[in-house]
Parts: sequence; C-alpha cells; structure tokens
Amino acid sequence: MADVPQDAPEHCPGTESDSAGKSSACQGCPNQTLCSTAPKGPDPVILEIQQKLASVKHKIMVVSGKGGVGKSTFTAHLAHGLASSDTVQVGVLDVDICGPSIPTIMGLEGEQVHQSSSGWSPIYVTDNLAVMSVGFLLKGPEDAVIWRGPRKNGLIKQFLRDVDWGELDFLLIDTPPGTSDEHLSVVQYLNGAGIDGAIVLTTPQEVSLLDVRKEINFCQRVELPVIGVVENMSMFVCPKCKKDSIIFPATTGGGEKMAADFNIPFLGRLPLDPRIGKCCDEGKSFLEEVPDSPATDAFKSIIEKIRDYCSKRPVNKDTETGEAAAQS
Amino acid sequence: MERLKSVQHVIVVLSGKGGVGKSTVAVQLALALRAKGKKVGLLDVDLCGPSIPKMFNLEGQSIHQCSEGWLPVYVDPEQKLGVMSIAFLLENEEEAVIWRGPKKTAMIRQFLSDVHWQDTEYLIIDTPPGTSDEHISVMENLRAFNPDGAILVTTPQAVAVGDVRRELTFCRKTGIPVIGIIENMSGYMCPHCSECTNIFSSGGGEALAKEAGVQFLGCVPVTKELAAGVSAGQSATQLPSVPAIEKVADRLIALDKDLP
Repeated sequence: MADVPQDAPEHCPGTESDSAGKSSACQGCPNQTLCSTAPKGPDPVILEIQQKLASVKHKIMVVSGKGGVGKSTFTAHLAHGLASSDTVQVGVLDVDICGPSIPTIMGLEGEQVHQSSSGWSPIYVTDNLAVMSVGFLLKGPEDAVIWRGPRKNGLIKQFLRDVDWGELDFLLIDTPPGTSDEHLSVVQYLNGAGIDGAIVLTTPQEVSLLDVRKEINFCQRVELPVIGVVENMSMFVCPKCKKDSIIFPATTGGGEKMAADFNIPFLGRLPLDPRIGKCCDEGKSFLEEVPDSPATDAFKSIIEKIRDYCSKRPVNKDTETGEAAAQS
Repeated sequence: MERLKSVQHVIVVLSGKGGVGKSTVAVQLALALRAKGKKVGLLDVDLCGPSIPKMFNLEGQSIHQCSEGWLPVYVDPEQKLGVMSIAFLLENEEEAVIWRGPKKTAMIRQFLSDVHWQDTEYLIIDTPPGTSDEHISVMENLRAFNPDGAILVTTPQAVAVGDVRRELTFCRKTGIPVIGIIENMSGYMCPHCSECTNIFSSGGGEALAKEAGVQFLGCVPVTKELAAGVSAGQSATQLPSVPAIEKVADRLIALDKDLP
C-alpha cells in the first residue's frame, strides 16, 4: 500500500484508511493519534489552487539537487527572455523560503507584498513580469526564516492559493536545492492544476551530478516530466585574453552524459561570464545588459527550446502529476 | 547524546547559500586538523545532497556497529579521520531521499546520539544550505555540548552574502558563537594569461564580516583541483592543502590552548 509508512507497525492499515489509528495494529504506534484524528482524502486546497491557477497556461519548475548551480539566475533570465515579448505574461514564484534570491536578482529588493480583496498582489518588474517571494515578507536583509518543514509548507500553500497572478502564459517556480518539503509541497499542491515540467540545472562536475541525479530520481518518483537538463558554468572565457578555460571539469561526462543516461533532453550549456553574477547582484537582466555575450546566445537558444516544449503541451490540462507524491 | 561527551570540540560549517563550498571547506578543514595531529570526525547532515563520502572516495561503504554504537567510516587505517553520512545508508547513490522535516530531524538526532566517535578531538558538522529543520535540529541537540562555534562560508557576490547574512541571524538566535566567515571562490586565475578575474564578484565576504562584527577568516580562490572536487578514483586526501584553511585550523587549535 502506498500510504503505509516505511517504519509502520506490522498490519498497519495505511494512513489514509478509514481504520487508520483505530485498528489493533495501531496500538503503540507513535502516529496513532495523528492518524485517528487527521482528515482523510485529498486536501481541498488542491482544488482551490487548481481554480486559482486556471488562468495560468504553463507552469514550469526549476530544480537541481545541488545548491549554487544557478537555478535562481536561470529562472530570472528565463522569465526575462519569455517576457521580452510584451504580449506574453510571465510570473515567477520563488519557493526558496530560507534563501530567497529572486528579489535581489530581479531588482526588487526591499519591496513589500500588498494584499487586496482578490489576494496577494505580486510585485511587477515590468507590466508583463510579476514576482512573488518570501523575500517580500521579510522586515529587512537580516531577517531570517528559521522554520521547520510544516511552516514552510503552509507558506507555499498560501503562495499557490492566494497570489493574484491574473492571466499568465508562464508561471516559473524557482526552488531551493534538495528533495524535501518545498519540492514535495509544490508537486502535491499542484496535483490538480498540473505542472508542465521541470528544468533541471547542473554544473559539469561530478559532485554536482551526484546530487542532480537524485533530483531526476525525485522527478521520476513523483511523475514530474523533465523538460530537460541545462548545464551551467560550462566554460569560462577570460575577459583579457578571450581564451576558454574549464573551471568545473566534467570528469564524468557532465550534464549531457547525465541527461543521456536518464534518456532526457539536454537543452544546452551556459558559459560562465563574470558579468552574469554582476548583473544578478545589481538586479539587472544580463540578456539586456550584455546582448553580445556568447552566454546570451546560449540562454536564448535554451529559452527557445523551452518555449517550443510548452507550445506542444495542451494548455491547462488536468494532469495527474504528483499522484505518487500525494502518498508521501 | 551521551556519546557526544567524548568529543572535545564541535564546529558547525554553515551557509545560508547553496553551492558556496561548505562541504569542500569542511573536508579541507578536517584534513588540515588531521595533518596537525588531531583526531577528527566529519558528520554530514546534508540528507538530500550528501557530498562528503564521494569526496573521500568512500562510496559503497557501509556503517558498522560495535557494542558502543555506530562506527564512523574511517578515511585512513590510523583512524584519525572518521566520516558519517546518510550516503552510507543508501543502497543506490542515485536514490533520492525524499523526506519531510520530521523524518530528517529524527535521522540527525540518531547521527548525533548513536555514532561512537571514540575520542574525537574535533567534530566538524557539514550542513545543507538554509535555516530549517536540519539546522534547528543540530543546534537543539548540540546545546548541551557547548559547540565551539560556526564557520560561515560565502562566495563574494551579493546574492550569496544576502543569504549568509540571514545565517548570521540564525547563529545569533540559536546562541552559537560565530568563529568567522570564509570567502570561497574568491577570484580565478586564467591558466593562459594569469589574469585574475572575479568570476563571482569580489569583497562581499570581508565586507559582511566587518558589518556583522565577526572575524574574517580569509579568501579561498577558485582552483581547478578544488572545483573538480574529486575525480573518479581519487580522494580528497590527495588534494593540495589550502593556505587559508590551514590558518583556520591553526586558529582553532590556538583557541583550544587559550582555554583555562
């Protein structure tokens, strides 16, 4: 049974069963009270979220098992790229509750969220690019979010249910590294609304791939389609002598081989241009500030592939993503 | 937590930010202390992304039990450097650990209470990024043991420093002293023309240390060896030592001697 936890007592009826917490097998189980009193069945908030996000055509998660590979940088620039046409409406949801980088990267530091009768208003970078992050709820740069999982999940639920995005062509969801509460919650809460897929970020070296393979495993286990793998920081071009060098060697084949091993598309490589980090610190779009960099061309090519993938997806299909995650 | 009583010093390596080199710094610090004759333990509480065993080429190793508890996996036959990580409990290294907070908390508690560190002089705890379940659990369980403090790792750019600033707040709220801040990935020297480029901006770590009134422990540049991590078949024990981290090790040992 999918809802029998790993360390459950013998003959556990399952946490979703009507006799959960009440059967003789439950005696002495540390979860007994929880099982006997918790409501059964799908969380009603999933339907609320599905209705709220009915006006969002495509939802994309940006994930990695590894920290510091450029998820937030990529999410921000994917957003800028998609929103470069002002008829396309783009939203960015930052669910990195402990380390929200998106406000800084998108030039929105210090902004605060406002509530209206239709929900929480996201912060607009431009007329067609809106952002929501816990960063907008913090009192200042030193304010830390020291929360355990359940509290983080509560905020993610609120973000998905209460933010008034309006009509969006794309909602990009930036995640923290790992395969834990935030990732499970997004997948579970979007069980009704559906997720088009996940973009998996990595850097070339094995210590990153080790974690990123786990992320791909997570995607498989929760039945989240993988749009493809992007390898970031592939190569460094010296601003002085213009020669290439490799900082993070792909000793085990890098992102491309990993994608091939898992039979998922490899979307491309992004070189390490030091001006990218600088733009992120200053809250500017690298694609606009440095249009002639090879990194800009690489970004645009990858963005095109993502646009192409989404254009072939049915809009707002009621997918069953997260069935397996709902059991976790 | 009886078994932790035999450990003389506990140091936690933190960052708010992912990918700044916490595990690399933790490994290098462990090696530096061992090179100076200390018996070192390295506990990896990054349950979703455990990097430490790979860095020592210890994949596939299992945890053995003795009558006193779980034994760390030793890097060396002299047993001067022992490692504990969830990676040793996974059958398949591609298998994701998809656990919510409470289960992670329980695992960390077990790591702290059940591992027989023997007479480890320095226990270094490598953490995942953030200020959540893992960090709260470590601090709650260590409270009775007066940890020496936390070393915070950042890279120079504002995006990283922003997260590390929050981690400093975490340290203040949980009462763990801050030993200092290390700025990692501080400059890269082009192998062709030797020009040093600040690929991840510059100066952020030192400025943060000054702003927060904590010690700045030094810069670690990007080097190919550290950036590669460890290539297949090699162990971190074969990497060259890092001067800034050697100094941190000296500092920790000196602090010990200053105590009454």
